[in-house]
Amino acid sequence: METREIDKIIARYNADPQEIMAMFMEIQDKEGYLPKSALSYLADKLHLRLAQLYRLATFYEAFNLKPQGDHQIHVCMGTACHVRGAPQVLDKLQQTLGIIAGEVSSDGSFGLKTVNCLGACALGPVVVIDGEYCGHSSPLKMEKILKKYKKHT
Amino acid sequence: MPVERGDSPFVGKLKSAADLEKLKLTILSERDPGKPCITVCMGTGCHAYENEKVFAALEKEIESRGLSKKVELRGTGCHGFCEQGPIVVVFPEEIFYCRVKPEDAAEILSSTISENKVIERLLFKDPLTGRKFTHESEIPFYRYQKRVVFGRNKSIDPKNIDDYIAEGGYQTLAKALVSLTPEEVIREIKRANLRGRGGGGFPAGEKWETTRRAPGEKKYVIVNADEGDPGAYMDRSLLEGNPHLVLEGLILGAYAIGADEGFVYVRQEYPLAVENITLAVKKAEEYGLLGENILGTDFCFKVKIRRGAGAFVSGESSALMSSLEGKVGEPRPKHINTAISGLWGKPSNLNNVETWANVPLIIDRGWEWYSGIGTENNTGTKIFSLVGKVNNTGLIEVPLGTSLRTIIYQIGGGIPGGKKFKAVQTGGPSGGCIPEKFLDMPVDFDSLGELGSMMGSGGMIVMDENSCMVDVARYFMSFLKSESCGKCTSCREGTGLMYDILDRITAGRGSKEDLERLEELAWTTGNTSMCALGKTAANPVLSTLKYFRQEYLAHILDKKCPAGVCKALIRYTIDPEKCTACGRCIRLCPQQAIRGEKDKPAVIDSDRCVRCGICLEACRFEAVLVE
Repeated sequence: METREIDKIIARYNADPQEIMAMFMEIQDKEGYLPKSALSYLADKLHLRLAQLYRLATFYEAFNLKPQGDHQIHVCMGTACHVRGAPQVLDKLQQTLGIIAGEVSSDGSFGLKTVNCLGACALGPVVVIDGEYCGHSSPLKMEKILKKYKKHT
Repeated sequence: MPVERGDSPFVGKLKSAADLEKLKLTILSERDPGKPCITVCMGTGCHAYENEKVFAALEKEIESRGLSKKVELRGTGCHGFCEQGPIVVVFPEEIFYCRVKPEDAAEILSSTISENKVIERLLFKDPLTGRKFTHESEIPFYRYQKRVVFGRNKSIDPKNIDDYIAEGGYQTLAKALVSLTPEEVIREIKRANLRGRGGGGFPAGEKWETTRRAPGEKKYVIVNADEGDPGAYMDRSLLEGNPHLVLEGLILGAYAIGADEGFVYVRQEYPLAVENITLAVKKAEEYGLLGENILGTDFCFKVKIRRGAGAFVSGESSALMSSLEGKVGEPRPKHINTAISGLWGKPSNLNNVETWANVPLIIDRGWEWYSGIGTENNTGTKIFSLVGKVNNTGLIEVPLGTSLRTIIYQIGGGIPGGKKFKAVQTGGPSGGCIPEKFLDMPVDFDSLGELGSMMGSGGMIVMDENSCMVDVARYFMSFLKSESCGKCTSCREGTGLMYDILDRITAGRGSKEDLERLEELAWTTGNTSMCALGKTAANPVLSTLKYFRQEYLAHILDKKCPAGVCKALIRYTIDPEKCTACGRCIRLCPQQAIRGEKDKPAVIDSDRCVRCGICLEACRFEAVLVE
């Protein structure tokens, strides 16, 4: 990320350290994650320690410190989805992609994440791929959907 | 940037209560109540069912038929009946259509709008009786509810402030600013006995009074919309569906408490809620309902929106305030209450979304009306998200004191697939599992606490015979273990150790002594942690141990999972009587664990089987059994 762009973000929030999370979100919206270079630059400009920024970035679930896959898969692990079989769906995805939740597949095509609750409980178990909701998902459905995405890649 | 729908007849700031009344009359005079209006639920639940495509298809049909002036199309807030989305209601007859597809748009226009005909196919059909219903109010899901807070969601476009004003919105604020002193507002809330809807049930009026009386000029009011309980999404739907109601409540609170600045702390995982409340604040500022000299009075108040970044513990009041300050959202000891010293050390009053949304209703209709709803010490209604193994998943609003049975069976339509009810989990990760024998208990703050659970923010997860209670306890402990901020050793280590034991039991390696260890750890964690996360962390364990001990013992002594959930303790087999040797499971098994010959029933090799469940799902003859 170019420093010029980070400057714009900082200016938008009047360089106010209280708005640090909003700045993180904007950087992540652009890059998909928080690059180390961007965090270092931000720390310098806001006169904060880099460790402080990392503490925040690792405390909150929303921030990624590594680049994400081409396709983002979010598996809802809310209670309603859990009792309707979300763990089997997650197992299937982990097995097929050969990664565990939080990782990116070796070819960089899929990133797999779990989320605490998407609040779309009527559709449970829910998996969201690139913003698209796959409701009433199941291990068998996941296999078919992954094949479809692999073809597109 | 958020886009506002609808044209406003008004530009500029309102300078008095009379201005607001005048605006309301102008809006109403430009609206024809008899004009057909098609509303589409634009809530997140229906979004997952592609409501936007339905909206676009209706828009296109209206335009192509040249009906833009004759028919109104309106995107509204959440109707709550998420199971049946996308929901479309045609006014003024209020014809309720569910599971609408973009392809249905043409027929809605040609039949319902042009010929006044009801489309049978799109009506709600009761799965129990097969009866069809034309109007929302007749459907059992709605009939047993009392939607006082949620009610206006269905008719208001949350992106259009005029819709809210047309329904009498902000009139209560105007009335209070002119005719009530701050103390009188607080007295009204206290008499109504409004208890905090976020979980604790603390009387809101008392908290307001403490903050008002706290020394210092500068005071803050905060909306907690960091809804983190898995399986609960009431606050999101309120903020998305009727943001001005929450805002009006907040402004009233600020006036009563003497705050000139407020914050809405909302999860960034709720993009539509962020968008709608941001737009609501902007419009309220433009109309002079926020900012300097509100409605021409001396009262000044501004509101900022802050997005939370997904940390369950940050929903705790002191942690949320830390997060607002741009710090890590960890709780701090509360020997000095946040009402005295909160955000940046100033007196701060925090309430959750639903609590704020109740405020305008109380001030408008009076405490006598409000305390007529619910029971003596539990007044008003509560919104629950009724989810899990229940037919009618959705958001419901009932008077406090309604029984679990009414909620689950009459409103929820019972358990799907003729399965047997096992438990209902309330209160999120801090709550507990309530067994069948307490189904007639009234749901209120006090009764749920007596049962070892709690009200929480209103998640209600129904579980059936196929839900394993040890697995559920393990699930919650896994959640709490990862969400514990780690500040208190007892919570950090206690949740981890309890998880390890539960994991061991579900893996078939548990011993009877483990149950005593669990109870001891539960006691220690609960009694020595600082914030509510740790204090209540043991509830899912203690309540399942209390009511479902047999299930624990089956895992430990018999090495069996009666619900057929815990992988290490179950085995997939094929019923040779039912198997038709179609070969589908053999082809689909990713482990090549199923063998079969032509015309002979298939057989599962248990050593190769990883219990992924694909054969169970694939079999069309119910021949795959779980033992």
